[in-house]
Amino acid sequence: MDVTYTILIPLIPLAVFLLLGIFSQKIKPAVSGIIGVAGLSTSAILSFYTAYQYFFVHGKVDGVYQAIVQKTTWMNFSDTLKIDMGVLIDPISIMMLIVVSIVSLMVHIYSIGYMKGDDGFTRFFSYLSLFSFSMFGLVLATNLFQIYIFWELVGVSSFLLIGYYYTKPSAVSAAKKAFIVTRFADLGFLIGILIMGYYTGTFDFETLNTVNHETGELALNWASNSFMGLSVITWALILMFMGGAGKSAMFPLHIWLPDAMEGPTPVSALIHAATMVVAGVYLVARLFPMFYFVEGGFALNIVAYVGGFSSLFAAIIAITQTDIKRVLAFSTMSQIGYMMMSLGVSGYDGHEGVGYMASMFHLFTHAMFKALLFLAAGSVIHAVHSNYLKDMGGLRKYMPITNITFLIAALAIAGVFPLSGFWSKDEILVAAFEHNMLLYIVGVFVAGLTAFYMFRLYFGIFWGKETKYEHAPHESPISMTFPLMVLALITVVGGLIHFSEYVSADKAGFEAHLNIPLALVATAVGLTGIILAFVFYKKENNLADKFSNAFGVFYKWTYDKFYIDEIYLFVTKKIIFNLIAAPIAWFDKKYVDGTMEGIGNKTVVISDKIKGMQSGKVQDYAFSFIAGVVVLAMVFIYLWTN
Amino acid sequence: MIAGISIYEVLTVTSILFFIGVYGFITRKNLISILMSIELILNASVINFVIINKYLYPDVLQGVFFSIFIIAVAAAETALAIAIIINLYRQIASVEVKDTEIMKY
Repeated sequence: MDVTYTILIPLIPLAVFLLLGIFSQKIKPAVSGIIGVAGLSTSAILSFYTAYQYFFVHGKVDGVYQAIVQKTTWMNFSDTLKIDMGVLIDPISIMMLIVVSIVSLMVHIYSIGYMKGDDGFTRFFSYLSLFSFSMFGLVLATNLFQIYIFWELVGVSSFLLIGYYYTKPSAVSAAKKAFIVTRFADLGFLIGILIMGYYTGTFDFETLNTVNHETGELALNWASNSFMGLSVITWALILMFMGGAGKSAMFPLHIWLPDAMEGPTPVSALIHAATMVVAGVYLVARLFPMFYFVEGGFALNIVAYVGGFSSLFAAIIAITQTDIKRVLAFSTMSQIGYMMMSLGVSGYDGHEGVGYMASMFHLFTHAMFKALLFLAAGSVIHAVHSNYLKDMGGLRKYMPITNITFLIAALAIAGVFPLSGFWSKDEILVAAFEHNMLLYIVGVFVAGLTAFYMFRLYFGIFWGKETKYEHAPHESPISMTFPLMVLALITVVGGLIHFSEYVSADKAGFEAHLNIPLALVATAVGLTGIILAFVFYKKENNLADKFSNAFGVFYKWTYDKFYIDEIYLFVTKKIIFNLIAAPIAWFDKKYVDGTMEGIGNKTVVISDKIKGMQSGKVQDYAFSFIAGVVVLAMVFIYLWTN
Repeated sequence: MIAGISIYEVLTVTSILFFIGVYGFITRKNLISILMSIELILNASVINFVIINKYLYPDVLQGVFFSIFIIAVAAAETALAIAIIINLYRQIASVEVKDTEIMKY
């Protein structure tokens, strides 16, 4: 199967980006919106065509979905170490292509309505296209270096889009924060890549991930160097996971994600809910055989616990936040923690690999319903011009479509049968139940919390108190409600896809069954959360305030996000700045700059001293000249006469 | 060929003339005097041209032509120098070399 044409999937958005970016002053906003949507539609059609070709025409070879790689050498370092550029088509990259193209297309359409009348309309669309290009490239990457390049590109497009309202100081600082935190994490990623390249001699996913089926081990051999009791490859994987954790806002590198909500809401939906933030999950999934087989899955355990803790941590914070986009941001972090946890508890063969498949499945469904939640929240913000729950309430009468789609998404994320979130969450809990009881309990608890905070949000926005609005809010235009409806449709039917047959750790596919008791437990917990939220927030009452007062200090901590930001500030400002940066700056000023300035100053002083020699008087010069001539003449006369 | 006078006498005179010019150029404090010293140097070389032409190559005229050429150039140069000195005088009301030092640095 020839997949060369898939290179067009990233290249078309790139062309759109260049077109809109270069001619941003010349193109009318309406036209640039159409160009953006047209470009993305083409990419989306190509993605679907590729998926169809891969799964249904090409199908399985030798009982597994083979990865198809087409690449060309880009940089040749030595006989063994070279960096390629190319496309890698396998089940998870196809799935990501579908996710990215659907969500990106919907966000493009939505933005036409949402960004209408904004000064930087064309700039916005060019950035969106840049992001789509980078994300497609990341998904299709064939090796670690290529994924790293696109990894940084999505980082930079995220930076540009968070700081889109660059006149707002909060947006600018949020953009910087996002960039610096993820860059810091990417440092770990880069070191991991280099260690990996050094010890295994390859960057290619194919070579790294090849499993020898007879021994059940990785086919690749490497020098068994170890460092602090762990093999260097495990360290490389842990460092790479650090990069993934930064991008996916895992604890403790999550601090940028809530602030990233300063960007326009469609951006939050596309980048900070559906696509870029799951890049970390994708990275772990991409290297899953490495994570699983190297040293008995030590690195994978770290992934599991970091994911589990992040999901719990974020879910608790989400309960107390009052900015609706921040609630959704923490919810995203919590759900990504779920995916990481699920990957972490996964096995490899057949049904053992249910965690892997559940993670990918949840990535897919979560992308749909979380994008939907963000877009619906954007529609609400568009109507009431505020991000805060206190300014909302009783909106169901004004915005019926937004109300219904938001409800569908909230039910899905709460895991209510038969919406898509129910199926993927159930699989995750099955995987956790089979492999790690502690993480299962965490998962169930988080499921309850998720249902609670999501319905707190839902009731707070659409029911609750009857807020008096200065201008009666009205339903958003069709360009904004259409994507909501499409995503809601996918959210409803998405769970019916037999995901396990297409995506699994060993690529062979298996039959997944609904685990009824576990599903009942999860549903019961979810419904409890919903009912609690119903009691607290359906009608205006002071129950919630009483509870928050009862929790006192704990509530305050949660509201302030457990002071993680403050800890970072303390560490950077008080410790790093004072103890490391200040002495180095002193040394730099005193000695490095001092040497250079000393040389300069001395030159000035010396030249000031000797400048008198240049009197500027022609007579003096003439005197020296003639004196010289006389001396030379005498010397030569002396020499000749002897 | 001048009767009774060999080339050595003439060259001695022009050498003295030349060094008087050089001495004057170095020691005079007045711009006009310096200009006159330069004229002495030029005249010494003009006489040298004429004399050497006359005594050594009596059947050609290059030396004489060159001397006329030098006189023309000297006239132009003097006109230019006088113009500069007059302008300088208008600026600083002086033709002393030491007063022109404000142009230094």
